Amino acid sequence: MAKITYIESNGKEHVVEVADGLSVMEGAVKNLVPGIDADCGGACACATCHVYVDEKWLSKMPPKQDMEQTMLDFANDVHDNSRLSCQIKVSAALDGLVVRMPKSQH
Amino acid sequence: MADHVVIVGGGQAAAQAAASLRSEGHAGAITIIGEEIHPPYQRPPLSKKYLSGELAEDRLFIKPPEFYEASGIGLKLGVTATAIDRSGKRVATPKGDVAYDRLILATGSHVRRLNLKGSSLANVFYLRSIADVDLIRPHFEKGKHLVIIGAGYIGLEVAAVAATRGLKVSVVEIASRCLARVTSPVISSFFDGVHRKAGVHFHYDARLEIFEGHDRVEDVLVNGEKLNADFVIAGIGILPSDHLARDAGLTVENGIVVDEFGRTSDPDIYAAGDCTVHFNPFAGRKVRLESVQNAIDQAKIVAAAITGKPKSYAEVPWFWSDQYDLKLQTAGLFSPTDQVVLRGDPATAKFAAFYLRDGVLAAVDAINAAPEFMMGKLLIAKGARLDPARLADPAIPMKNVAT
Repeated sequence: MAKITYIESNGKEHVVEVADGLSVMEGAVKNLVPGIDADCGGACACATCHVYVDEKWLSKMPPKQDMEQTMLDFANDVHDNSRLSCQIKVSAALDGLVVRMPKSQH
Repeated sequence: MADHVVIVGGGQAAAQAAASLRSEGHAGAITIIGEEIHPPYQRPPLSKKYLSGELAEDRLFIKPPEFYEASGIGLKLGVTATAIDRSGKRVATPKGDVAYDRLILATGSHVRRLNLKGSSLANVFYLRSIADVDLIRPHFEKGKHLVIIGAGYIGLEVAAVAATRGLKVSVVEIASRCLARVTSPVISSFFDGVHRKAGVHFHYDARLEIFEGHDRVEDVLVNGEKLNADFVIAGIGILPSDHLARDAGLTVENGIVVDEFGRTSDPDIYAAGDCTVHFNPFAGRKVRLESVQNAIDQAKIVAAAITGKPKSYAEVPWFWSDQYDLKLQTAGLFSPTDQVVLRGDPATAKFAAFYLRDGVLAAVDAINAAPEFMMGKLLIAKGARLDPARLADPAIPMKNVAT
């Protein structure tokens, strides 16, 4: 279980508990946090679950696979701390994680 | 704006239409009438991670059940709409009529069934719903012989899960190659090779006859060869669930005909997803798309039209398929007469086939090759005219192939 803070592009914060094994994307969808579309449902096929990981948490992130990196290369407004939230698996190690959502996923 | 919008169908398009109506500011009531007992769920994982057991049922749900209540969206689940009364603006169900101001048909599709001797026996399965997979899963035991009828996406995805689990797998296909309806011979031959390496047996150009056992299929006769089968799964295509629309007198041509705003021939009735047929600018003809992308994007434009902000539908079609450790991503719609340009070496399992139509990029199949897929999709949207030699050169980054 991890407490995750999702911050919408308008600044609105959502602090929710997410069970281990789910993805950061699923944590948002299950808790009605807006701003993550996840059209493909977590198959790393669409790049519509883009988030910015808070700088303090970057070192604790699981490494990006090639597929995630190359999908991100073609998303909008990508920064160094961009991730596809469907590819980040939640565990106790991510308790306190903060992610921000972009203005749009398309 | 206090209209009651009724959505018939409880799948991807229904969930998206309801969610988009709310996010676009629709203030009136919304009711989803779904035939299945589950809230709207994702179908793509059914033949992949739900079949393999990696994904539990509740992880399929597109929105958590609380979403609907919190958003003022009524869910009538396990309820089958039986008729539309267009003049009275009511949908009939066995549990009573539901009055609508605007109606969205998101009725989806249903499987094409085998029409062969023995095909209704107990160990012949189809794969379209959670309930279907729940029936199939207990048969997925190591060493059992599964005969799959149909080498389309569903057949191949099931073959991948089954072979990985240690089942004996035979795939029977009426065409001369796998994925024949949707892609080029080079991609077919790649997937054929991958599956053969995993131990899957293919029977192409198949003349098929199912032998009855007493209460179950025991043997499948293919081109004169007898395959002893423990069970059979047929993935031979889906058909649009358009009978309600047809019975109500809406224009139906192998799917409910909609315009670029998702409107049917009745101004108060819209439709989205697998059940529709629309003129697609990327195909240059009317098409019926069977995909999550189409369900989501048509549902969005229907919601936009109903809330008075019409946007026309102009998305590049896209799809994906996961088999073993391979991800196929497709953008655009392949046509058999397209010029095929290969980029990368299929032997590396990281390559793409591009399809040029009169020099213009029409479609791409990318295998473990996200840049080819993502850039390909952008270039298809632009109608880019491409130099086949540059496209085929992996030394030129995808971002630069068009310049």
